[in-house]
Order: sequence, then structure tokens, then C-alpha cells
Amino acid sequence: MRPGGAGISPPPADAAAALCVTNLEVSYARPDGTVAAVRDVSLSVGPRECIGIVGESGSGKTQVFMAAMGLLAENARARGSVRFEGAEILGLAPHPLNRVRGSRLTMIFQDPMTSLTPHLKIGVQLAEVLVAHRGSSWREAKREALEALERVRVPEPQRRLRQYPHELSGGMRQRVMIAMSLLGRPSLLIADEPTSALDVTVQAQIIDLLRMLRVELGMAVALISHDLGVVAGLADRIVVMYAGRVVESARAGDLLRSARHPYSALLLQCVPNLRDARLERMPCLPGQPPDPAAPERGCAFAPRCPRASERCARERPALRDLDGAAQVACHHPLSP
Amino acid sequence: MSGALLEVRDLCVRFGAFAAVEDVSFDLAAGETVGLVGESGCGKSTLARAILRLIPASGGSVKWDGADLLELDAAALRRRRRHVQMVFQDPLASLDPRMTVGESLAEPLEIFEPALTKPERRSRTLHMLERVGLAAEMLHRYPHEFSGGQCQRIGIARAMMLRPKLLICDEPVSALDVSIQGQIVNLLRDLQGEFGTAMLFISHNLAVVRHLSHRVLVMYAGRLVEAAARDALFAAPVHPYTCALLAAVPDPARAPAGTAQDAFAESPPAGRVRSGCAYRGRCAYAAAACALEAPGLEQIGAQHAVACHRRRELVYS
Repeated sequence: MRPGGAGISPPPADAAAALCVTNLEVSYARPDGTVAAVRDVSLSVGPRECIGIVGESGSGKTQVFMAAMGLLAENARARGSVRFEGAEILGLAPHPLNRVRGSRLTMIFQDPMTSLTPHLKIGVQLAEVLVAHRGSSWREAKREALEALERVRVPEPQRRLRQYPHELSGGMRQRVMIAMSLLGRPSLLIADEPTSALDVTVQAQIIDLLRMLRVELGMAVALISHDLGVVAGLADRIVVMYAGRVVESARAGDLLRSARHPYSALLLQCVPNLRDARLERMPCLPGQPPDPAAPERGCAFAPRCPRASERCARERPALRDLDGAAQVACHHPLSP
Repeated sequence: MSGALLEVRDLCVRFGAFAAVEDVSFDLAAGETVGLVGESGCGKSTLARAILRLIPASGGSVKWDGADLLELDAAALRRRRRHVQMVFQDPLASLDPRMTVGESLAEPLEIFEPALTKPERRSRTLHMLERVGLAAEMLHRYPHEFSGGQCQRIGIARAMMLRPKLLICDEPVSALDVSIQGQIVNLLRDLQGEFGTAMLFISHNLAVVRHLSHRVLVMYAGRLVEAAARDALFAAPVHPYTCALLAAVPDPARAPAGTAQDAFAESPPAGRVRSGCAYRGRCAYAAAACALEAPGLEQIGAQHAVACHRRRELVYS
């Protein structure tokens, strides 16, 4: 798991980037063989930038960031490079990794209930982070915990500090998780499907909150979601993943206006909206994503792609620049 | 279509002093799809479960096939229950992990149609599996071998095995990727067309409900706040809460969206509001009257009812 292992020449790291992932591979050893979850992924998140990582379940979008956070399962193997604020962090031992993880680099998850400890009051859970990471006194930490709840616009923060997680609604719990993730003044917040378990109304509020916080705190955000509708509300740039690979990367406005990869275009059409004329059939992607244990042949999306040709089944398209505006891995990209 | 298949009247569900469902009334005709929309905690799942008597109702009636389901004894209830089936949000959790797909699908037949021979059962199971878009060889696999979308297909197949007259779908696509949601919604529509099943489709997202509902009910804090034919609701929503739900639907073409219409408001748990309209704390149009009395559902058009004291002003604004 050492970075820059045999055969990989470390590419020049983008010094300005908050996070720079280069040629990342993540695979899982299973009794029946090796399963590739992430295949040769390179991406970067600039300072104060928000990137949206979009793809279906199993596309590897979460795995990229779990590798960066050192949170992969025991049987996972990661190769390549992940640099955070200029320093290599892939494969670091827990102790040195904890100097950045949980403070400068933080992550929130889909289900805030399982991320919180059920038997501790909110105030204690928040303060504990400061006591552990910064060596603050409990008194000082409790005062900061209150500020943290105010920062994420929790109503009646004083009362919330004394409550347990089960006493809060799903949206309120996610606000608490965001408050906790901000305690270490992160330069990058990774948000993994932060609104997927929430109602549409609460989802809109959480996205609004993240939009305000990134401006107020000047932090970068990596927002992971299966829903382009959610990502559209926040991202400056969108990276679309399919079967472990990046298939399109472009400025959010460009991609949402005219996606170049057929997969991105179909994903966009799938977001149920109130604007299009109501159709007899709801738009959807036919078929299933490929089995990650199956060997890769040609373009992984070809079996589901309306533009696929015989070449797509044979030859995997490389990620290439298109008109300087987007990077697309497709033999037959859509015109802008 | 003579009269209603299901008539729910003044249904109440209370947990102690907590009113989860309060005075809910609606009809469902044979072959009709009604969308039930609201946020977590508004009581929509509780309402569905009370109709099936999976939890006890505290008052009201549920007329089905000439009888009140709430009054029936266990044996009579069981005979009718085969006609009302349910599809749940978490497709994996609603299947028995130790049963193969084939066993799960055959179980309802073993219980309700014991006269069937084994080959007959097998042929009906196979037919339904293929009908929901899964291959015959999947009959011998276990739920954990399937993706979320495939598990939901299996859940739907199991619910349809007895050709129910009513299918209650509780957030059947909320746990699925957006790319797969349309597959499931389209499948439900197709099955409805083929079998003439009526559907109560529960969701928190109005954009999903819009594709398959003939009528839509909007629920807030245990009560219905708006009920309308689909086109009337989407073309001219009246209740401020319905408007907030519509504004919250994420739309990639509208991005970056403005601030959410009722940012930072939280849904009050149903039953907590002692007097007046439960929505008034979040409502931009709340007036003095709203604090005094809870508004009842009033007809404002042929197929449009709203529970709002300010409905007249809002209709014309």
C-alpha cells in the first residue's frame, strides 16, 4: 500500500490543490478473486472549490474518498497517490494520518444517526472532538460546541447541547454532524450522500447550509451523490464516475447544460423534475451497472449506451480533453 | 368503476397523547393511483399501516368490500388482506435473507392458495419473476445477491403474486439511485395496467408522484392539507406547504437554486400542536385566525380540496 509503488512514476502534484488524487486504484481481495472498485482515477479539488462526484451505487465514488481518509476495509488494497495540502496521505499509518484526518480533512456520511454515539449528549460529542484533537479544556470545548451549533443554524442551540441524538430529526442530526466536521477548521469537507436519507425539503436546506458555510469558512467541498439534481445546487465542477472510472469531468454549468458523455446525459434525464412535460413513462437508465468482479472489456457503459458501436465493445475509450472544456472517456461523445 | 374500492373516514391513530394521524378521509377507486406526499414524521406510513391494521387505529373507519376492516375478526381480516398488499422502502430488509427468491415468491400462494400443485405454484412464480424483469435462473438465488433495484423488483413480484386489488407502496424508490427509480415506477405502472390494481403510492418527492398518480394527497403533521386531481395540483397548488414541497424538488436545470423556500423550518412532530393550523410556524401567510382554529379540508373546485384559512386569498394571488 505504499504510495508511488513499483511501476508508477509519481506525477507532479498540483501544489495549489487541496486534494490531489493521482492514478488511484482500489481493489478488494475476495475468496472468489479480486474485485476492482476504483480504476486509475485522477482528480483534484482546488482550494475553496466544490466538486460534485456523481455515479450510481458501486461506481467507486465513495471508495476514492474512503481511500483518501484511510477508511478502507481490511481486505482492500489502494495504489496510486493521494496528496492533501501537498503531502502524501495514501497509506499513512493511523497516527500520522490523524494529524489531518478529522481536523483539516473531514468527512460526513449519509446516515447521521449511525455517525453519532447514541448514549452521549450532543454537547459532549461535540466537545470531545476539541478535547481529543486540540487538547482544549472541557469548559472551553463546551463553549465552542455552542458556537458550532450556531454556525450551522440549529435553532435553540443551548437546548440541543443537552439532547441525545434520538431526540433530533434527521435534518437536525445532519446539521450536528456538519457542525462536528467543522470543529477542526477543515480546508476540505467530504460529504458522502449527506442528503440521500432526508426529505426533499430538508435536503434543500442542507444544501443551502453547505453553500453558505463554504463561503463563510472558505473551505473546499467534495459532494458525493447519485443525484445530479442535488449536486447541481452546489458544485463548481462535476466528475461523473462509472464502473470505477471517471467518464466525464467538466464545469458544472457546462455539464448540466450539455453533458458530453452519453451516461452523464442519461443521468441528467433521470432526475425527476416538475419542469418537463409529464411523460407516460418516467425516464430511466435501462439495465444494471456491470459486475465489478467481471473482467473489463471495452467501454463498461456500452451495454446500456444508446450510442454504442462495435468499437465500444472492443476498445476502452481513454479520458481525453474535448474542446478544452471537458474531459470525456467516450468514442462517440455528444456535441455541445 | 362503481363506487370506491376503499373508503377511509376520519381515521385517527394515536400513540398515547401523540396524534400521528388525525381525521384523515379519502376514497380510492378500483384501478386508481393516489399519491400520498409529505415529510418524514407527517404520518403517511402510519396511515398506510393503519389501513392494513398492521398498527391499531384509534378511531374512524376503513370500508373495504362492504365491511369495515377495523371491525373484522382475525379470520375475516385475513381473508380480505390477500387483496391488499404492500411494498416497502428498504427492499432488502423486507425479504427474508434465508429464503431463495423462489421461496419468497411462492410463500403467499402456499398460504392463500393451498390447493395449487407444486408445478402450478412454480409456473406462477416463474411467470411473475419474468414479468418484473428478472431471469428464471434467479429463482434459486438469495436476496443479498441482488442490487437494490433488483430487490425492489422481487418485493413487487411478491406483493403481486396474489393479484391484489390494492397495492400500497411506501416510498418504494426513495432508497434507490435516481437512475433506477424510473425503472421501478414504470414497472408499477405497467403492472397496474395489466392487473387493474389500485395503488396508494407514498413518497416525499412530488416529482416522482407526478408521473403515476391520478390524484394526490398532501399530508402535514398528521392531517391532509390538500387533495386534488393530479393536473390541478401541479398546475395550481394552493396550500403554502404544497408550494414549499414543489419548490424543494431538486432540479439540475434550475441550479444553483435560490435559498429553500422555508429554510431552517422543521416539521413539527404530528400531534404536538395543540391548537390552530400546525403549519403556521413555517407559513409565510399565517394570520391571526390560523392560531385559533385548525382549518378543515374544504372543497375549492370539482376535485380540489384545501385545509387553509387563507385559501381564498391564495387562490387568487
